[in-house]
Amino acid sequence: MADQALDGTSKGQFVRVAARRGASLHLTVDGDPVEAVEGDSLLAVLLLNGRAVRHLEFGGEPRAGFCLMGACQDCWVWLSAGERVRACTTPAADGMAVWTDPERSGVHG
Amino acid sequence: MAEVVIVGGGPAGIRAASVLVEAGLRPVLVDEGRRAGGQGYRAPARNLDLDMKGLMGTEAAKYARLHGLFASLRERFDYRQGTLVWGIHEKTLHILADGIAGTMPYDALILATGATDRIMPLPGWTLPGVFTLGGAQVILKDQGCLIGNRIAFLGSSPLLLLAAFQYHKSGASIAAVVDTTPFSAKLTALRNLAASPRTLARGILYRAALRRAGIPVIEGATPLAIDGRERVEGVRIRYGRGRERFISCDAVAYGHGLKPETQLAELAGARFWFDPVFRLWLPETDADGRAGPDLYLAGDGMAIGGADAAEASGALAAHALLADRGRPSPGQEPARLRRQVGRLRRFQRGLAQAFAWPVAQAAALPDETIVCRCEAVTAGDIRAAIRAPLGPREVNRVKALTRCGMGRCQGRFCGPALQEIVAAACGEPVADVGRLRVQAPVKPIPLHAASELEQ
Repeated sequence: MADQALDGTSKGQFVRVAARRGASLHLTVDGDPVEAVEGDSLLAVLLLNGRAVRHLEFGGEPRAGFCLMGACQDCWVWLSAGERVRACTTPAADGMAVWTDPERSGVHG
Repeated sequence: MAEVVIVGGGPAGIRAASVLVEAGLRPVLVDEGRRAGGQGYRAPARNLDLDMKGLMGTEAAKYARLHGLFASLRERFDYRQGTLVWGIHEKTLHILADGIAGTMPYDALILATGATDRIMPLPGWTLPGVFTLGGAQVILKDQGCLIGNRIAFLGSSPLLLLAAFQYHKSGASIAAVVDTTPFSAKLTALRNLAASPRTLARGILYRAALRRAGIPVIEGATPLAIDGRERVEGVRIRYGRGRERFISCDAVAYGHGLKPETQLAELAGARFWFDPVFRLWLPETDADGRAGPDLYLAGDGMAIGGADAAEASGALAAHALLADRGRPSPGQEPARLRRQVGRLRRFQRGLAQAFAWPVAQAAALPDETIVCRCEAVTAGDIRAAIRAPLGPREVNRVKALTRCGMGRCQGRFCGPALQEIVAAACGEPVADVGRLRVQAPVKPIPLHAASELEQ
């Protein structure tokens, strides 16, 4: 059981208000270790731990997703095999290595 | 019997499936979601300690009934969860599930594709911390998370007070609810909409509860900007007699009501008409949802009507499909469903008049404001293209020149604003500047999947 605080504060953008029971997952985001709970979406993992998901290809401004339902495509991230996924609709998995910049993931693009 | 495919796992799709199952068919239900229920009635994850009954409030019984219906039918139709339909060509769906592309031929198709938030761009709306109003509700039900530590609810929508109330009950710190709709417009709508005033009356109860909790509810306001460097730091609004106010917050839930997801209907051959009340292009259908040969539409993906209308219109589309194939309809008579859907959709039209899409905000957008968040195209880029010698006066031409609407989201979020900005810049009625066309893939897919369509 992971011990995510439910005290109404968060070091990231999102605040968890419902406890989640399940296996602890260990992932990396741009090489840094993060913890999650089974069932968490990648976007929840990213935004419980930070304020942005990626930087726009045009001009580099930070972005953190927008529609949260798989329509706007603002929350793309990359997995180690170079696979591009939508963070809001992709469940976190143990051992996943997530990259917010495709140039840094295993395969370009 | 022929292959009948339903796209969409919300109330409309589930009810359509139930009618077809009762009639002895075994339809395929293709759902992009991983759990049935769509966005509004989404089933929470099993391991999430969430009070769905409390969150669904007055709709808790309907929510439970729909999921009960789904569970009871589960073995009697072919449920394909986590499956995206990204193209439709010659009565074949092009699908993608777990990264694997495939095709699914159909003899008859019911599209119940739901809706997304309609958004009017605003300076600062692309900052991290700004999310759609519907998305703010989804992340709470789907992940048990709030969108921020201190949240402003901003826009014009009957859902604004509901979402704020759900957040309040979940322990959120709410900086303010800022509604561009004046309270007087809500009261007028309440009087005019005696047919089905429940949604609106509930909103007025939520408003009172939020105010009792000390949360400012500001109505008839004009949003000026979302301010911040790197992330949301606050919202600037004008209200009352020209007073300006800065509301400090780290997240904004923003929206202007809902907009049907019509991309697949267009690829399947539906024709479109301009609805002057919603100011949207909507697919043409008869009262039962027939949109073309072997093509039926239902739910919010056809016309915004809410969850009750979605359920009834899903059943209605299934009855129409059965009638067209000469099969007897089970149970409920279509005439009653038709009256119910008609009444609920008339009510939504009334709401759309009260909670107006802020057309003036489009014309007044500062040139430097981003309109297309995918390609970072500004209002000024669009106006400059139109003003150029022999500049375009039609939205698809403007799109081709500026790339506004050409990005990852295929114009889902900038499209309605683009129409208004082009109309204002050209001095034409919005219905006369054209309709943004879509093409496959309707959502981005890996290259290997796209290449299969070429073959």
